[in-house]
Amino acid sequence: MEALPGAPQAGETSRLGLTMFRVALWLKSPRPYLMLIGFALFLGFWYLAVEVWKLPRFREMPGLTSVVREWLSPSPTYGLSIYSAEYYQHIAMSVWRVAQAFFLATALGVPVGLLLGWSRRFKEYVFPVFETLRPIPILAWVPLAIVMFIATESAVVYLAFLSSFFATALNTMLGVQSIDESYVRAANCLGASRWQVFRHVVVPGALPFIFTGLQISIGVSWFSLVAAEMVSGQYGLGYIIWTSYVMVRYPTIVIGMVTLGLVGYTTSAMVRIAGDYLMEWRVRELALAER
Amino acid sequence: MDQRGHILIEDVVKVYDPLGAAVMAVDHCSLEIEPGEICMIVGPSGCGKTTLLNAIAGFHEITSGRIVMDGEVLCSTERPKATPGPDRIVVFQNGALFPWKTNLQNVVFGPVMQGKLARREAIDKGRAMLADAGLSGVEHDYPGEVSSGMRRRVEIVRALMNDPKALLLDEPYRALDSLTKSVMHEALLEIYYKNKVTIFFITHDLEEAIFLGHRVAIMTTRPCKPKKILNVDIPHPRDYGVLTSKRFRELIEETNDAVHEEALKAFQAGEKEG
Repeated sequence: MEALPGAPQAGETSRLGLTMFRVALWLKSPRPYLMLIGFALFLGFWYLAVEVWKLPRFREMPGLTSVVREWLSPSPTYGLSIYSAEYYQHIAMSVWRVAQAFFLATALGVPVGLLLGWSRRFKEYVFPVFETLRPIPILAWVPLAIVMFIATESAVVYLAFLSSFFATALNTMLGVQSIDESYVRAANCLGASRWQVFRHVVVPGALPFIFTGLQISIGVSWFSLVAAEMVSGQYGLGYIIWTSYVMVRYPTIVIGMVTLGLVGYTTSAMVRIAGDYLMEWRVRELALAER
Repeated sequence: MDQRGHILIEDVVKVYDPLGAAVMAVDHCSLEIEPGEICMIVGPSGCGKTTLLNAIAGFHEITSGRIVMDGEVLCSTERPKATPGPDRIVVFQNGALFPWKTNLQNVVFGPVMQGKLARREAIDKGRAMLADAGLSGVEHDYPGEVSSGMRRRVEIVRALMNDPKALLLDEPYRALDSLTKSVMHEALLEIYYKNKVTIFFITHDLEEAIFLGHRVAIMTTRPCKPKKILNVDIPHPRDYGVLTSKRFRELIEETNDAVHEEALKAFQAGEKEG
């Protein structure tokens, strides 16, 4: 195995060292610069299409400069910018709702998925029901959610939870099914009990799929949260986007959207980091594959 | 020679029943393996030799017959599936070290799960055995970080940690290139000379079989049973010099036709490999 100069030696690498090495490698590669160019092209097109060329379909859109000016203004025209306390209340409210939905979905979805993959009997009971409910779009749940939960708050969290739960449970199940039979057999040969096989083979073996599921889960959780907040709710980023549309505050719509993008990306990155932390073996394998 | 690891295969039949069409994978197969013997099973891919290994290991049921190890009936017509256990450990074709555990954690897995050793003792023993196999440097690496040859050696150490009566190897070196393979063969023999377990080794490589084995059982293709059993009268310990010896070449010539005939049959039957 050929080592790159400065590469950490296998076996004596600290987690921090490994991370630093990967960051350094990333900065040396063309990837960050391509990313910046991508952003520049996108923002440049927005600016030109709306404010310079005034293309037919774009004329009514809020332009880049008006959005940025509004967003960074200490006294915003429509009342919402990085200087207003209300802005952070909306963010906090949405984050809090997603956090509740996501943690609940993980706490229930991972065990259900593990059982679905591990016990054929359990799967025969549950999976057909599961597969019938799963394709129902989250918006179709809105009326029932409002009937079920008199308080709008729990209804909104419930909707965000629901889609998360399905993504997590399904991926966890696929993760268990993806485990190579020979790992289970090897554990049996080595004298592991059924429970030990579950604990030492099934759970860690399914972990890569579980974290793929959690990445999807946090994404759909945001998706359904915003849908739910648009329909009912008094706070939150989805609520802002919808009321700003009703009240004709177009730049604020875009502020809400961009904020959603940034916050959503951050939560998704946190899930990925947690996954890397729990699956150091996989990070190392992938790092080697890149060389 | 140590008197453990005597395996008696008596009249074993295995019929698969996919889609109602009975396929005979193993046909009244009988074979006796002496304690501490290296018995090589040679046959073309898909001939049913892995089915035999799975029956001994306890992964699959047999249809009839019985398999006895050191007087204990592992499986029989009445109780068709053996219970897998640390007295016969399989080394898998594609390797089955747990990728989420370091090599050392893999090696201590058996004794710790069985509660035979305290964690601390298991780690000490695992370290010593890895060192003995020249693998000290990779203790804290994950299997995915070391070469496939090293992974196989770690897997054999993981098996030997349990002091098994027999090792069941299912074409463990199939995926390795021929140079790595030759190194692995000598490493396996070195480990064998220190530990003297019974080795049941499946392969389709005749040279590998004659180089390693005390005896070579050439199997017929589907259904599988011994066609010819060759006593390899080249004395152990062996090293790579054997490969160029006259006797080695003679033994190859003696058996090549039998192997080729079965390979041709398997090819014409067009069975899916597996």
